[in-house]
Amino acid sequence: MSALLSLRGVQTHIGRYHILHGVEFEVAEGGLTMLLGRNGAGKTTTLRTIMGMWRAAAGEIRFDGRDITHMATPDIARLGIAYVPESMAIFADLTVQENLVLAARSGPPDQKRLDWIFARFEALKRFWTLPAGLLSGGQKQMLAVARAIIEPRRLLLIDEPTKGLAPAIIANMIDAFRELKDGESTLLVVEQNFAFARQLGDTVAVMDDGRVAHQGSMAAFAADARLQQHLLGLGMDAHQ
Amino acid sequence: MLRSILSDDLPRSRWLALALVAILVGLAVAPFLFPGAKSLNVAAKICVFIVLAASFDLLLGYTGIVSFAHTMFFGIGAYGVAISLTRMGAGWDAVAVGTVAGLLVAIVLATVIGLFSLRVRTIFFAMITLAVASAFAILASQLSDLTGGEDGLNYRLPAVLRASFSFGDTLFGVRLNGRLLDYYLVYTASLVLILVLLRIVNSPFGSVLMAIRENPFRAEAIGYRTVVYRTIASCIAAATAALAGALLALWSSQTNPDTTLSFDIMVDILLMVVIGGMGTMYGAVIGAVLLVFAQNYLQDLLAVANKALAGVPLLANLFHPDRWLLWLGVAFILCVYFFPAGIVGRLRQKR
Amino acid sequence: MKRDWLPLLLIPALMIGALPLIGSPASWVTLTVAGLAMGLMIFIMASGLTLTFGLMDVLNFGHGAFIAVGAFVAASVMLALTPWMTADSIWLNLAAVGPAVLAAMVVSGVLGLGFERIIVRPVYGQHLKQILVTTGGLIVAEQLLKVIWGPDQITLSRPTGLRGAFLFGDVAIEKYRVLAVVVGLVVFAALALTLNRTRLGLLIRAGVENGEMVEALGYRIRRLFVGVFVVGSALAGLGGAMWGLYQETVTAAIGAQVAVLVFIVIIIGGLGSVGGCFVGALLVGLTANYIGFLAPKVALGSNILLMAMVLLWRPQGLYPVAKR
Repeated sequence: MSALLSLRGVQTHIGRYHILHGVEFEVAEGGLTMLLGRNGAGKTTTLRTIMGMWRAAAGEIRFDGRDITHMATPDIARLGIAYVPESMAIFADLTVQENLVLAARSGPPDQKRLDWIFARFEALKRFWTLPAGLLSGGQKQMLAVARAIIEPRRLLLIDEPTKGLAPAIIANMIDAFRELKDGESTLLVVEQNFAFARQLGDTVAVMDDGRVAHQGSMAAFAADARLQQHLLGLGMDAHQ
Repeated sequence: MLRSILSDDLPRSRWLALALVAILVGLAVAPFLFPGAKSLNVAAKICVFIVLAASFDLLLGYTGIVSFAHTMFFGIGAYGVAISLTRMGAGWDAVAVGTVAGLLVAIVLATVIGLFSLRVRTIFFAMITLAVASAFAILASQLSDLTGGEDGLNYRLPAVLRASFSFGDTLFGVRLNGRLLDYYLVYTASLVLILVLLRIVNSPFGSVLMAIRENPFRAEAIGYRTVVYRTIASCIAAATAALAGALLALWSSQTNPDTTLSFDIMVDILLMVVIGGMGTMYGAVIGAVLLVFAQNYLQDLLAVANKALAGVPLLANLFHPDRWLLWLGVAFILCVYFFPAGIVGRLRQKR
Repeated sequence: MKRDWLPLLLIPALMIGALPLIGSPASWVTLTVAGLAMGLMIFIMASGLTLTFGLMDVLNFGHGAFIAVGAFVAASVMLALTPWMTADSIWLNLAAVGPAVLAAMVVSGVLGLGFERIIVRPVYGQHLKQILVTTGGLIVAEQLLKVIWGPDQITLSRPTGLRGAFLFGDVAIEKYRVLAVVVGLVVFAALALTLNRTRLGLLIRAGVENGEMVEALGYRIRRLFVGVFVVGSALAGLGGAMWGLYQETVTAAIGAQVAVLVFIVIIIGGLGSVGGCFVGALLVGLTANYIGFLAPKVALGSNILLMAMVLLWRPQGLYPVAKR
C-alpha cells in the first residue's frame, strides 16, 4: 500500500517556540493510524501543520503524491482531507443542521449518510434544529466528527476524539470509526486514551519532543510494554 | 551630565542629534533669528505641540494605546487657564488656579475613561474615545456662558507677558517686552516637560509600559496589573497635554474650540508622532517641527505647483495649498507601512 | 441570530418611556418617526462595518469615507438630473433618485474594493496599524473629495415629490422620513434573509464565530471577506446618499460626522452582530431625536450615556458574538 500521507523533516515554529523538530512519518492508505505521545510532544501541532494552519518552516508534506506543504487550508481541505480539532470548533450559533449543511460542500447532505450518522449519534437527530451551543460536550464531539464524515473524505485528521467523553459514547465512537476505516477513508487519530487507541489502531506513530520516535504496527507496539514505558512514560494498560 | 539630563536616552544617531540640537538652539534664539510676530507665533506653537505630541507618544508609542480623546485634555488645560483669566482677571493667581483646575479635570477624566474602557480591546477603546471627544467638543461650544461658545474666550494675560510691558529697549533689534518673556516661558516650560517625559519613559515604570505594549497577557501573568499601569500612563499623558494647553492659552490671549478641540488637531498630533517615530519621544519633537512647518510653509510650495498646473483641472486641485493635509496623509500611510519606526527610526538605522 | 428578546424590548420601552416626557402625542409621533428614520439610515451605514469586524477582525476607521463618497456621487447625479428632481411627478423624482443611489453604491463599492486591497490587506491581524492606516485613509479620502468636488458644501434639495409631510390631524410625518424607513427596513430584511436563509449567510455567520474552522471545511474565507467588505462599503454609500438628502447639504466632513454615531451603534449592538446593530441603531436614532427635542445641547452626550449604560449591562454589547 502506498503512503497516502507522508511527512519528511517537517519543522514548525509557533511564535518563538520551535515545536516540531523534523517530523517524519507515513500514513498508508486505508486503515487507522494512531498518533500517540506525551503532552506537549507536538501531536496537535503536527495535525495543524498538515492542515496548513501552521506554516511548516522546513520539510515536505505530501498527500497522494502532491506537495501540500505550502498550500492554503481551504485548498488542502478540498483535496479530500477533513479535520476535527481538539476544541471541536462547532459553530455554536448555528443549528446542528446548519453545521452539517455547511460541512457538506457539494450540496445538500446525503440522506443515507445522515441516517448512518443518526443511527450512531442519535442526539444529533434530537437537536437537529437547535443551536449547537446547547449540546453537551460529548454531543458536540459527535457533531464535530459527523461534520468530518458528512461527505466521503479520503483522509480524516482527528484530534483527541474521546477527551472528556463518557464510556458509553466512546463505545459508539469506536464502532463508528471501525466502520469508517473499513470503508473508504484513512484515519489519522491523535489520542491519549490508549485503550481506545489499541482497539482501533492498525499502525501507530509515537511522538516525543517534536519528533516521531517510533512507527510501526499497533499490534507490535501493544505487545511491547517496555517500549510503551519508554516512549509514553506508562504502560498502555495504565491508561484505561 | 548630558546622559543624566536625557535620562540615558541618547539620540543614537548623528543626524538625529544634529537635528535636535538645531531645533533646541533654533527655538532658543527664534525671536532673534526670525524676528516678527508671525514667526514667533510659529515658534511658540512648535514648542507647545512638541509637548503635546510627546505626551501622545507616551500613550501611543510607549503604551500602545490609541486614544482619539487626547486633544480633549489639551483643550481642558487651555480652557482652564482661559476661563480663570477671563473670570478672575489678568493675574498670576488666575493662571495658577486655571492650570491646577485644568490638571485636575484632565486627570479625573483620564482616570474615569481609563478604568472604564481600558479593560476592553484596543479597537473598542479607540472608538469610545472618539465618541467622548466629539461629545466634549460639542459640549464646549454649547456651554457658551462658560466657554464663550464657538468664538471662544478673549482675555488679557498677566501684565508681565503683555506686549506693553517693557524691561529694556532692544537687543539685536528685538524689543525686550512681555512677548519675549512669554515666549521664553513657553520655551522653558516645554523643554522641562520634555525632559520629564524622557525621565518617565526611561524609568522602570516606562519599561513596564513597553512590556504591556508588547504582550499584555504576559505582563499580566508576571504580575503587573495592566489596567492600573495603563490608567496611570493615561493620566500622565492627559496631565501633560493639559499643561501644554495651559501654555498655549498663556501664549495666545484667546482660546477657542478650533484651536484646541478640533479633530484636525488630533489628526495633526497623530501624524506628528507616527511620521516622527512612535515610541521614541524624539520622534514627537521632529514630527511636531515638521508638521508645523508643513502647515505654514508647505502651502507656499503647493501654491507654486498649483500655479504651474493652472490649466489642468483636477491636477491643479491636487496641488492646491489647502490640500497640504492630503500629502501629509499619504506620507502618514506610507510611514505606517514602510517606516513604522518613523524618521527617528530610519535615522537610527543609518547611524 | 439569537433568540434573546430582551434587548429588542428596549426599543418599545424607550418609545413608551419618552411619551410622558414629550407630552404631546403629536410631537411624539413626529419624533418617533424621525428617530426610526435616522436610526435605519445609520443601520444601513453600520451593518457593513460590524460584519467586517466580526468576520475578519478588521475595523475600518475609514468607513466614513464610503459614506461621504456615496453622498457626493449621489448629489452629482441628482444635480445632473435636476429637471427630473424638480418635476411634479413622483415617478420622475424616483427616476432621478434611483440611479443616483445606485451610482453611489457602485462607486462606494469599488472604492471599498480598492481600499481593502491597498490599505487594509497588508495589516490583517495588526490592530494598532489598522486603526492608524484606516484613519490615514479617511484623511486622504476626505481631501481627495475636496480635490474632485471642491471644498465648498453642496446643497442638495429633496425632490418635489418627497418634500413636505403627510398630515394626520395634528401629526406631521415627513414624506422623506417614510421613504428612509422603508428603505432601511428593506435593507434589514435583505440582510436578515441572506444571513439566515442562504448558504452564503451560513458561511458568514460561521465565519464570524470561527474563520479558521470554516477554512478547514474547504471554504476560501478571504474571498468572502472581500465580498462582505465591498457590500459594506456599498451600503455605506447608500446610507451616505440618503443622509445627504436628509440633511440637504453635502460636505466632505459628512462621513466623519456620522461615523461617530456609527461607531456608537456598533459598540452598543455588539461587534459582529447585524441584529444588535439594528437594535442599537434604532435606540440611537430615537434617543438622538427625543433628547434633541427635550434638551438639544446634550443630544450627542445622551447617546454616549446610552452606550455607557448598555456596556455596563452587557460589556460586549447587546448581542455579543460567541468568538473562537
